[in-house]
Amino acid sequence: MRGYAGKFLEVDLSTGKIQTIKLSDDVLRTYIGGRGLAAKILWDRLGSKWDEVDPLGPENILLVLTGPLTGYYPGGRTCISGKSPQSNGIVGSTIAGEFGVELRCAGWDGIIITGRAAKPSYLFIFDSDVEIKSARHLWGKLGKETLRILLKEGRAELFKRKPRYGEWKNPDVLYIGPAGEKKSRIAVVNGKWSHAAGYGGYGGVMGSKNLKAIVAKGSGPLPEAYDPKRTAELLDKVCRDCMDNDAFRRWGTGYIGFDAGNRTSSEPVRNWQEEWHDKRTFAADRFEERVWIKRYWGDFGCPTTCYKVGMCKVGPFKGAIDDNPDYELQAYLGTNLGIFTPEENVYVASVMDDLGICGINGGNVLGFAGELYQRKILTRKDLGGISLKWGDAKAFAALAHKIARREGIGDVLAEGSYRAALKLGRKKRMDLTKYVVHGKAIACGAHGIRSHLDFPTDIAYACSVQGGDHTSVAQLPLEGANSELRTLLYDSGVFCWFNVFAVDEPIIWEFLEAVTGWGITKEEWYSRLAPSTINIQRAALLIGGPDLKWRPREDDENPPRFYEPLPSGPKKGEKIVWEKFDEMRREYYQALGWDERGIPKTETLKALGLADVDRVLREKLKEK
Amino acid sequence: MGLAESKPIWIARDYSRCSGCRRCEVACSLHHEGRIWPDASRVRIYMLVPGAEFPHLCSQCDDAPCIKSCPVSALTVSKYTGAIIVDDERCTGCGECVEACPGRIPFIHPTKGKAVICDLCNGDPQCVKVCHEGRWDALYLTSRTPMGNEYYHKKLYARRPEEIIKDFVVLIYGEYGEELI
Ligand code: SF4
Ligand code: SF4
Ligand code: SF4
Repeated sequence: MRGYAGKFLEVDLSTGKIQTIKLSDDVLRTYIGGRGLAAKILWDRLGSKWDEVDPLGPENILLVLTGPLTGYYPGGRTCISGKSPQSNGIVGSTIAGEFGVELRCAGWDGIIITGRAAKPSYLFIFDSDVEIKSARHLWGKLGKETLRILLKEGRAELFKRKPRYGEWKNPDVLYIGPAGEKKSRIAVVNGKWSHAAGYGGYGGVMGSKNLKAIVAKGSGPLPEAYDPKRTAELLDKVCRDCMDNDAFRRWGTGYIGFDAGNRTSSEPVRNWQEEWHDKRTFAADRFEERVWIKRYWGDFGCPTTCYKVGMCKVGPFKGAIDDNPDYELQAYLGTNLGIFTPEENVYVASVMDDLGICGINGGNVLGFAGELYQRKILTRKDLGGISLKWGDAKAFAALAHKIARREGIGDVLAEGSYRAALKLGRKKRMDLTKYVVHGKAIACGAHGIRSHLDFPTDIAYACSVQGGDHTSVAQLPLEGANSELRTLLYDSGVFCWFNVFAVDEPIIWEFLEAVTGWGITKEEWYSRLAPSTINIQRAALLIGGPDLKWRPREDDENPPRFYEPLPSGPKKGEKIVWEKFDEMRREYYQALGWDERGIPKTETLKALGLADVDRVLREKLKEK
Repeated sequence: MGLAESKPIWIARDYSRCSGCRRCEVACSLHHEGRIWPDASRVRIYMLVPGAEFPHLCSQCDDAPCIKSCPVSALTVSKYTGAIIVDDERCTGCGECVEACPGRIPFIHPTKGKAVICDLCNGDPQCVKVCHEGRWDALYLTSRTPMGNEYYHKKLYARRPEEIIKDFVVLIYGEYGEELI
């Protein structure tokens, strides 16, 4: 078996038991790694009782997985998964940084974490040495402080364990902030200052397990590739192609916000009441001149280095440090809150990252609360004294602090906008879900679909097995460039989507072959391998529970807002037409072998060797 | 460039340009180990504070304290490139050179147990190549003669990572830098 370390680390936090797990070649070949493998592992272990498993209870499993291409394909990432506290399905959430590479160099393909530690803990991994350590000194700490301490402590530990080695580089760290500790459903797993596995709510899962962080250092090489020579050649080729992809390289993904998001009229403004604004304050040069303190910042092996370090050096937000921010955060923590200056944007993003709240799902909640305040549904009193006016960065940051600590209104908002709308709606005796822009309780990415100028289609969020995720959008044809069957390969690989835009598709398949030697072709991927994962994810999503279940078809819907015509901008008046959407949805179900309600057909599942999924799915849906 | 045509060279560094991409580690380990092996790379990226990543590699000091410290005379200076060359046959992996180096730059190979020091790739540094290809140019080639050597204070780079980061982080983050260490 090439391209894999060959073993997984399993840690039971309840008992402290640490063991090594091996998976069959066949399972690895079918599910590849990352998101695909997460679906397989979760289904095998929890499938038959899926509806009963509380994502924030000790019975959930937290997965930290790599893929065969992590570290090989430029821009290695790590995939975090588990039963999602947002959708109650499975989300594969990836994060940049060196963690996945360290883990592979330590001899592990991934970590399976079960149970719940009695006390705040963190996991320390140094090659085959694994230890559960006390995190009492870290509990309650903000992100930057947590990371600062762990980088120091981790390095000291390495010096202690192998003093004769010389100078140790730092290990890599995944951690949670206060929001995760409080089991917020919008909490992220953080890395570095501002990297995050955002979608899914896995920071809350980590918190529910009393796990503050995972620190990893590997001293070995990456697992051997099947064809090292070809791998090195392809690496070179991909890097050269990416280097030409100047837009991301020069401006970061934020250039979409500077330019495309506004031009395409698809950028959330004031909780999606508009998707266009005439204040082109987010022009690229304004960010560069005012907040960039580093132009190129990247992670392992990345030729694109699309990150930029942003910092407010003067003014009321002096000292705020964050990634530039990227497009999603410029939108969700900028325009979506009516914020139009780089400094305020960097400030709010830095607060969210420090608290460990997802910039997308958190920005969605803040926008939702902002609209309720605008409509006088939530008052200053409800908000604990905060006047939540559009554009007031300090007010939104203050609310974020309440969310992270579950103080007052923050307690309900920490559940994410959809659940918050249900709860607040009951109290106010109103339907507040109409103000929530989500897919299966997961915030829609900051790419509106009403203008039809951005990449997600009418069914993108409604039919995705990952809910509102903008990197896993439902799209036809299934082999299309942005379809979730394609991006699943990147999430399972596990590597960065931003290093494929300038690369010809065949190169990516060749890369997979050079590293694994598995002879996986594009045809096999789209007909058998990708559908295996997608169908498991779909089944889990449909079963859901215990607190929320999605109805087949009815809940494969767009948020009500997308049926409201755009009130401004070049695409004023455009909206989603339900009949057209319904037609696309029907075609999508058909293409995937699902019935008219979107339930995977027995024949589809059986053909994929997923007879057990079929049995459980039918049994559970009957119960409803 | 092959060995025959090479002349003494030196790798200058501009920390502020380093993106932290670690492509230099990938290139160096591929070249010397035939594998992607970040911990066996002769150039290593330290991330003691995120955003302030910097490359650390041998500075080829004129007085080379590492050579003097070696009890078995395993280290020599290459007359072609000026690199410090480790004789693996002789090296016992005692770690004296690590202690003697003002920057604690050499390290003991994770599996071979021998000292590892940048050998300037026989005059064709792979790390410089990829860093340049990426247009970061945090690492760049300069000539060792005549000005380069005499007037370039090479030992500036032979400092411990902790010392480098102290100054560098203030350069990047201003007064907040120190709080981040
Ligand atoms: S290749 Fe250059 S920019 Fe990238 S980490 Fe190395 S020194 Fe820094
Ligand atoms: S930097 Fe260190 S290893 Fe290099 S010559 Fe100087 S003392 Fe020797
Ligand atoms: S010059 Fe060669 S040996 Fe030295 S650090 Fe660069 S790639 Fe490694």
